[in-house]
Amino acid sequence: MQGFYAVYRKELGHYFVSPIAYICIGLFLILSAYFFNYFLTAYIQEAIAMTMQRMRYGMAQDIDVPGLVMRQFFSLLSTLVLFFTPVLTMGVYAEERKRGTMELLMTSPVTELQIVLGKFLASLTLFTIMVLPTATYLIIMLRHSDPMPPLRLMLAGYAGVLLLGGALLAMGSFISSLTENQLIAAVLTFAAFLMVWVLDLGRNSDSIVGTVLAYLSVVRHFDDFTHGVIDTTGLIYYASFVILFVFLTVRSVDSMRWRRA
Amino acid sequence: MIEVQNLTKTYGSVTAVDHISFTVNKGEILGFLGPNGAGKTTTMRILTGYMPATSGTARISGFDVFNDSMEVRRHIGYLPENPPVYPDMTVGTYLDFVTRIKNVPANKRAERVADALKKTNIVDKKDELIKRLSRGYKQRVGLAQALVHDPDVIILDEPTVGLDPKQIIEVRHLIKGLAGSHTIILSTHILPEVSMTCDRVVIINKGKVAAVDTPQNLTSQLKGGQKVRVQTQAPEGPLQQVLQQIPGASRVQVEAERADGLLTATVESAQGQDIRSVIAAQIVQKGWPLYELHGVSLSLEDIFLELTTDEAAHAEPSN
Repeated sequence: MQGFYAVYRKELGHYFVSPIAYICIGLFLILSAYFFNYFLTAYIQEAIAMTMQRMRYGMAQDIDVPGLVMRQFFSLLSTLVLFFTPVLTMGVYAEERKRGTMELLMTSPVTELQIVLGKFLASLTLFTIMVLPTATYLIIMLRHSDPMPPLRLMLAGYAGVLLLGGALLAMGSFISSLTENQLIAAVLTFAAFLMVWVLDLGRNSDSIVGTVLAYLSVVRHFDDFTHGVIDTTGLIYYASFVILFVFLTVRSVDSMRWRRA
Repeated sequence: MIEVQNLTKTYGSVTAVDHISFTVNKGEILGFLGPNGAGKTTTMRILTGYMPATSGTARISGFDVFNDSMEVRRHIGYLPENPPVYPDMTVGTYLDFVTRIKNVPANKRAERVADALKKTNIVDKKDELIKRLSRGYKQRVGLAQALVHDPDVIILDEPTVGLDPKQIIEVRHLIKGLAGSHTIILSTHILPEVSMTCDRVVIINKGKVAAVDTPQNLTSQLKGGQKVRVQTQAPEGPLQQVLQQIPGASRVQVEAERADGLLTATVESAQGQDIRSVIAAQIVQKGWPLYELHGVSLSLEDIFLELTTDEAAHAEPSN
């Protein structure tokens, strides 16, 4: 336990002594703020147009601006996450192997599982620190909405983002443990993310294979969350995803002992 | 304290360590001497629990390095060839991190860190980023890391590599000072280091133990005889003749003449026979000016070469 906490603390501290954390958080917030603003103005304009139409012709439906903005915003966050998480995980093991500090960790009284969990939770913490400030945008919007949409929509959305992020971070860490080169890790991670992303294309297919593949896609389950639904299928899906990759990472770290270096 | 028995490590078809056995007693400094690629690092990595052996056993403080790896790791401090430091951390936070992963109790951490900084003489670098330190200081941080949790056994892989002569002397003093309360294994390919710091030496070559003994014993055992070096101004032929006629002289080697006309000759004699006075008398009698005359004892270097090249000659006659 002490070993786990020591690794976690070191790892989290490490993000903040290097510029990586600041650059990622900064860019992430700028991009998400820009798009939030864009969605909001676009939907408000549409709403105004609708209202004018109704005044003129008396027939047109109201549009739920905050709800639509939120849905759009969460799917934007999921896209940004796809680009930002490889950067967070690329160095987690690759850097450590290259510097030879893996030898220190592996000759210390900490288990592989403690190392892997410490590192994973540290990257998840940084991810949370990166994503959560965007909630202020939504809170400001919700405070000015009338009627105010249920808070559940926002909470479910963030739960989805964190679960999606956790799954991708676990996968990225595993890929980082396979190489000594950060850049290779980042590129491979990004490629792997795209693969689990596009599996969703099978959703519109009628074949069984398509359905199964779509079920395995990381975005498919994310969509439920953006609709304000916390589905146990999604929870179990993401939990299994994380557990699978944590397990694979432990095996991969352990295998470093058997390789000639 | 440390018992190694028939330790073997193979990588595919390459045998890096071949049935090595030795023991280290408590409080002793054991030198691990061998040319590059002899299997020193591999042996140390097995002892630290970093990698498993192919066969054979190694026990540290009675714990098997493979089966009780966690217990072994609690008892050792290890400095790999490259100090395992995080460049973006300060020396202080780095050592604090090491005490944490080595399970040092919270109330003792600050004290242990301060102690390690003092021992390795880097107190004034505590708040410096490790990436800003020179190679020598990084190496000392590495050493501090190996002893910060006050382990019973300290394993050092080439601890003086990359240091300047003054730092080398400091590090040797430090290592000597650690003996007694700690059991130390250090590897090196620098011979004087072994004779200066170690109580016992394991000479290892091509994965096999070539000799285990104290530096003194190794020197005297293999000495077999004595060597005398003479420098004089004389014609080459007659000098050779005169020296060969000295009773007890077994092998005479006269080196080529130097620009200043001085000849250097080496005379070997059987053990226990001092032929220095006879040589001096003979040369003076001939009227040659005698510039230098001194006995040469076989250095560890000679022994090392003898042990390792003999084997190499047997293995590869073409060389």
